[in-house]
Amino acid sequence: MNILATAGPSTYWYLTRSTGAVALVLLTLAIALGVVDVERWSTPRWPRFVVDSLHRNVSLLAVVFLLLHILTAVLDSFAPISLVNAVIPFSGSYRPFWLGLGAVSFDLILAVTFTSLLRQRMGYSTWRTIHWLTYASWPIALLHTFGTGSDVKSGWMLWLGVGCFGVVVVAILVRVLAGWPEQLRTRTAALAGTGIFSLFLLFWLPGGPLGSEWARRSGTPPALLPHSHLTSASLRAAR
Amino acid sequence: MSGSPSLTSESPTLMDETPAGREPAGLRPAPTPTLPRLLAGLESHEAMSLDDHLAIHGDIALHRGRGRAREGEHLIEEIEHSGLRGHGGGGFPVARKLRAVAGARGRPIVVVNAAEGEPASQKDRTLLQTLPHLVIDGGLLCANALGAREVIICVCESELSSQETVARAIDERRRMPGAGRLAELTLATAPSGYVAGQESALVNHLNGGPAKPTFTPPMPFQQGVRRRPTLVNNAETLAHVALIARHGAHWFRELGTEAQPGSALITISGALAHPGVYEIEYGAPLNSLIAAGGGLTSGARAVLLGGYAGAWLGAEYLDELILSEEHLGPHGATLGAGIVLLLSEAACPVAETARVARWLAEEGAGQCGPCVNGLDALALTVEAIAAGGVNAARCNQRISRLGGLVYGRGACAHPDGAVRFITSAARTFAAEFADHAEHGPCDACNRPSELPLPAGAGRGGSTRIPGARP
Amino acid sequence: MCAELLPERITLDEWGYPVIDPEPIPRSLLDHARRAAQACPTFALLLERDQD
Repeated sequence: MNILATAGPSTYWYLTRSTGAVALVLLTLAIALGVVDVERWSTPRWPRFVVDSLHRNVSLLAVVFLLLHILTAVLDSFAPISLVNAVIPFSGSYRPFWLGLGAVSFDLILAVTFTSLLRQRMGYSTWRTIHWLTYASWPIALLHTFGTGSDVKSGWMLWLGVGCFGVVVVAILVRVLAGWPEQLRTRTAALAGTGIFSLFLLFWLPGGPLGSEWARRSGTPPALLPHSHLTSASLRAAR
Repeated sequence: MSGSPSLTSESPTLMDETPAGREPAGLRPAPTPTLPRLLAGLESHEAMSLDDHLAIHGDIALHRGRGRAREGEHLIEEIEHSGLRGHGGGGFPVARKLRAVAGARGRPIVVVNAAEGEPASQKDRTLLQTLPHLVIDGGLLCANALGAREVIICVCESELSSQETVARAIDERRRMPGAGRLAELTLATAPSGYVAGQESALVNHLNGGPAKPTFTPPMPFQQGVRRRPTLVNNAETLAHVALIARHGAHWFRELGTEAQPGSALITISGALAHPGVYEIEYGAPLNSLIAAGGGLTSGARAVLLGGYAGAWLGAEYLDELILSEEHLGPHGATLGAGIVLLLSEAACPVAETARVARWLAEEGAGQCGPCVNGLDALALTVEAIAAGGVNAARCNQRISRLGGLVYGRGACAHPDGAVRFITSAARTFAAEFADHAEHGPCDACNRPSELPLPAGAGRGGSTRIPGARP
Repeated sequence: MCAELLPERITLDEWGYPVIDPEPIPRSLLDHARRAAQACPTFALLLERDQD
């Protein structure tokens, strides 16, 4: 019984995937609320300060789940992920590129979080410019999800990801179209970027994470790959 | 009383030729307490050389070393007793500003503000073009008093001749013996916008940022140029400092009034025989200035005091107006940066107000919602009145309501000035406004404007009043 | 947002900008005033201690 336990995914592995999924959902919600906030939408029952507080709190909650996601990934013994890999992109041995994207996204989110917590101490335009990094951190997080997530093929993770992507696209469209045609260049660039990213997903997903042997192609260490003849070193040692 | 020679007339200077020589201050007999003071010895429009400047005013000893601190405090005290206030429009007591900078941490830096973004004002560029050394003296004196090592002279970027004369004057200074012991003089340019000459806007520009006013601390006297405590003073103010250092507070107060001592440069223009920059003593009647300027050329409809941040008063006040803040205050007016503009009877006050109101709306820094929206709404209202077909009473109500909404709600005093300009116009020209509201443009609407605006102004709005006969 | 958080002292003009009542803030409103100042997205509000 012990042998199988050390050879297979631990509780942490499940936790890291679930907290990751929750973090993605919360980050999506944070972006949607951010757009509602900046567009100053409100009703008598949802005054602006409530929307603003909700945006801030959901964002903080997302960061909490993100930290849990990272912590459980580090604690988990199945995949060799260290704390360093979480902040220094592309430094690990487990799916280095796709995990590294997670580190990139996390770094951006850290910058946004710290500047927002220390808002009063910096100029408004500095804070605002850094805050826009959220628009970069999200698609990178999504690629990380699809690239490292082992549940993508099973369907629920894929649809969750696609659903969140839909929400973010709508949020971006609202944000871009609401002020049209002011700052035309930035707005056009945002639309173009969103379109290009959507096309990329469309063409990459089928042959990538949804394709065959993605675990191997994405950089999973060979020892961790599922083999029918059980040649993994840990199993041998256990015998 | 004032006999005030101007730079544009040929009248001889009132002061006798003073004996040449460079005795240190205190040993020369003080000059008689009459005008001209700043403009003393000026015989042409050429820049006065350093030698002539020293011959007329004498040298000032700028000690360094142990004597400096005591001498610096002595100068600040002297300025305090003189009651000198800023001549850039704000009227802030100069000694208080000096003390604030002296009390801040870090080595101070002195900025001479000759940006002069107000179109109706010419005094600062005139000073720099003809009497640069007087201004430089003031700058060096303040630098000495504060322990500053640098004096930056800011001139409007479009004022090429001022830049030239200042550069040459700086060069003359550098070639003087002992120049190395004094603060370094630098020439800088400032953009030509209306708000660019505001103190914090100028500091932002010198730090490499946009020439827009700041509303959040730290203020320039604490952290300004390169995060040092910065003294920003109008060029004319520093010219007065140069004379107070030589002749003392008591001498300074011999002209002017008790509440507003000293002399001042006034730019008077419009329906006058000889418009230009004149030196007056505070408390002089407006009539004497008009007389010195050769009298009115045609009937004056109204007078604008203080420039485009100032107020209009009808012609019926011309005889009784005295040029001092305590007399103008009850009329709701101010001298501002020393500007008097006489609008002729031939001009159309509604069209003129509309043009300037639109320009003022465009000249805002764009930082504060109430100013951006409010000044635009005010300009639209005045333009609508000028074009006609609107209800005069309702427009007037709108003007006062908007004025109340805009006043005091910007980061700088720009919206306040614009409100004052527009509301005083609506009050002074009530009849003309009502007439235009009902009947539309008048014959005078498309005359060339008497209110000066920089070239290229009116791009955003219309300089032509729609519907007016050409 | 500030007008929502401190309606006792702040109303909005026709363009959505706050018009501040210059009346000093009593102790009972101090927390609300602080929150209103912090909520401003552009840090345009400053809570100042009155020097008396």
